[in-house]
Amino acid sequence: MAQIELSAIRKSFDGTDVLKGIDFRVEDGEFISLVGPSGCGKSTLLRIIAGLEPQNSGQVQIDGRPVDSIRPSARNLAMVFQSYALYPHLSTFDNIAVPLRMRRLSTIERLPLLGALLPSRRAKERHIRADVAGIAEQLDITPLLRRKPGQLSGGQRQRVAVGRAMVREPLAFLFDEPLSNLDAKLRVHMRAELAELHRRLKATFIYVTHDQAEAMTMSSRIAVMMGGELIQAGTPAEIYNDPGDIRVAEFIGSPKINVLPGRIRKDGGVDVLGTALKLSCSAAAGDCRVGVRPERIDLGAGPFSGSVVHLENLGAEAFVHLATEGAGLRLIARLADVRHVPAMASSVAFGFAPDAVRIFDPAGKRIEIRLEQAERIREPAHV
Amino acid sequence: MSDGSMTIGAAIAPASRATRRTLPAHGSRRAYSAYTLVTPAAALMLIMLLGPLAGVIALSFTDYQLGAPHFSWIGLSNYRDLFADKVFWTALRNTLAYVVIVVPGAVIAGLAIALLIQSGTSLRSLYRTIYFLPVMATLIAMAVVWEFMLHPQFGLVNGMLRSAGLPAFAWLQDRNTALYALCAIGIWQAVGFNMVLFLAGLVSIPKQLYEAAEIDGASSGWARFRLVTWPMLGPVTTFVVVISGIRSFQVFDTVHVLTKGGPSKSTEVLIHTMYTEGFEFFRSGYAAAITVVFLVFVLALTLIKSRLADRGVHYT
Repeated sequence: MAQIELSAIRKSFDGTDVLKGIDFRVEDGEFISLVGPSGCGKSTLLRIIAGLEPQNSGQVQIDGRPVDSIRPSARNLAMVFQSYALYPHLSTFDNIAVPLRMRRLSTIERLPLLGALLPSRRAKERHIRADVAGIAEQLDITPLLRRKPGQLSGGQRQRVAVGRAMVREPLAFLFDEPLSNLDAKLRVHMRAELAELHRRLKATFIYVTHDQAEAMTMSSRIAVMMGGELIQAGTPAEIYNDPGDIRVAEFIGSPKINVLPGRIRKDGGVDVLGTALKLSCSAAAGDCRVGVRPERIDLGAGPFSGSVVHLENLGAEAFVHLATEGAGLRLIARLADVRHVPAMASSVAFGFAPDAVRIFDPAGKRIEIRLEQAERIREPAHV
Repeated sequence: MSDGSMTIGAAIAPASRATRRTLPAHGSRRAYSAYTLVTPAAALMLIMLLGPLAGVIALSFTDYQLGAPHFSWIGLSNYRDLFADKVFWTALRNTLAYVVIVVPGAVIAGLAIALLIQSGTSLRSLYRTIYFLPVMATLIAMAVVWEFMLHPQFGLVNGMLRSAGLPAFAWLQDRNTALYALCAIGIWQAVGFNMVLFLAGLVSIPKQLYEAAEIDGASSGWARFRLVTWPMLGPVTTFVVVISGIRSFQVFDTVHVLTKGGPSKSTEVLIHTMYTEGFEFFRSGYAAAITVVFLVFVLALTLIKSRLADRGVHYT
C-alpha cells in the first residue's frame, strides 16, 4: 500500500527530451494506467518510479519519503515486465521464491551447499515454501510449480511473473505492458483477472500500456501521456467523454473519434460543413476542429449526407464508413442495430446531437460550448 | 566438423528408409539418389577423418618404423611397452597436471576479464583487442619472448622479483617450476580466446533479467552474478571448459621450444613424447599407440561436453 508522488520529473536520452516535467500523484490503492502511443515516455516514467532509470531532475516520493537515492531493490516495489523476465534456469517455484530468498536469507544462507546445512536456513525455507504455495494457490498455478519457464505458455508465464511480484507484498505493483505478448483472446481474459486481482489485493497498481482498451477496462484512473508530457488524468469515463485535448480524444476510443473541420463565427456560433450547429462558444472567431464519437452519429436523418464506402459488420454492432459529399471527408458511424445496415455506395443522411460535439481550437485545446437552450435536444445526453 | 557430418549422415539414413517403406515402386531409386548425394560428403569424411583414424589405430598394432620397407603385426605389444614405460606415465601425469591447472585458470581468468570489460564503459574494444592478441600471435614466436622474460639472469620476471626483494628462480631450468611456468604461459595464451567466448555469452543475456533481479532484491553484484550471469552462461562455460581442456591436452609448441620436456622429464607431455618417439626415434607404431591414448582422452572430453550441452541450455 503506498501513495506515489512524482514532481517535475525530467529525463533525456542523448539530448532528446523523453519526459518534460511530469507532476503526478498516485493515491494509495489506486489502479492507474499510464497510456499513450509508443515513444511517449510512459515506460521510462515507470522505470524511473522503479529506480531502474535515474531521472535528470525532479523527485519521486513513496509515502511522502523521497526515494531518489534509494536503489530499486530497496524501494520495495514489484514489477512485471513485458517479457516477464522469468529466470529460465529456475522452476516456477524457485522463480516465485527468489524475492523471498533474497530478502529473508543472508548471503551465507544462500550459498548452494553450505547454506543448505544451516538450521536457520531450513526454518526460513519452510516459511518460504508455505508462502509460495499460498500464492500459487491464489493464482491457480500449483500444478506448474515444478516446471521451468520454457515449458509454460504465455499466459502461464504471465501468472508466474505476477506471482513473483505478489509474493513479498510490495508497496506497489508496476506493470510494463504485461499483456502485449499474449494473443487477443487471452489478453481479454487476463484483463479481467488483473482487475480482479487489484480488487482483492487493494494495492497500488501502476500499469503502462499503449492499448487504450486495457486502460479503459481495468483502471480506476487513466493518465494519458503524449510526447513526454502528461496531458490529462481522470477516470476512464472522464477521459472518454471529456477529453481536454484533441490528441487524448483521438487516442482514446476505438474506432477513433471523427474530426471535422469547423469554423467559429464572430457571434460564437459554430459551422460544420456549411451547417450551423445548435450551440455556441465564447472563443475567438476562426478555424476549429469538431469531434464526434462514432456512436453519437445518427444515421438516417440530419443535415449532412455521405456515401457508404466501407462496412464492418461485427455481428453485435456495425461500423459504417462514410465519405461526405463534396468535402470528401471520411467518417465512421457505429450502428447498434445491425439489421438496418445501409447498402454499400448508397447515400445516407446523418447528423449528431449538439451535446455529442467536442470542439477543439487549432492548437488542439478543448473549447467549452453552450448548448442553445431554445433547441430541443434530440437525444438525451449519455454523459 | 566430425559432429556435423555425422549428423547429416544420421538424418539422411532414416529418411531414405521411410521413403522405401511408403513408396515401394520408387523406393530403391529414391534411396539410390539419396546415397549418391551423400557420397561426396561420406567420401571426404572417410578420407579426411575416419581413414587416418583407422590408419593410426592399425599402425599402433605394428612395429612399423618410419621409412622401413616392411613391418609385422605385433598385437598389443606396443601398448604393453607403453604402459610399462615410466616416461609415458610421467608424460601422462604432467599432461593431466597441466590440464588441471590451465583449464580452471584460463576459464576463471577469461570470465573475470570478460565481466570487467563488459561492465566498463569506455575503451572496451581496446581491451578486447589487447587480451585477444596472444590468441592471434604465433605461439612459437611468443614462446621465444617468454624465454627471454623467464631468463634467470636478465629476464623481466626475475628482474621484477629482485626489485621487490624476492628471490629469483631459474624458471624453466628448475624441475620444480618448469611445468608451472609452462602452465602460466598456457593460461596467458588461452585467456583471450575464452574471454571472447564469454563476452559473446554475456552480451546475449537479456538485460531485463538483471532488472528483474534488482527489483527482486539482488542488490549486490555477487547476488546478481549467482542469480543471473552464472546460470545463463552455463552453455558457454561448458563449451569453454571442453575447448580449453582439449587444447591443453594438445600442449606441444611451448614445451618443444622452451624445455624439450626437460629438465629431467619434468615437463614431458603426451604429444611431446609422441613427437620424440615418432619423429626422432622413428618408432611410428609406438607413437601411434600414444596417439590412440591421447585420442581416448579427447573423445571422453567431447562426450562429456555433448552430454552437458543439452542440459546446460535454458530455452526461454
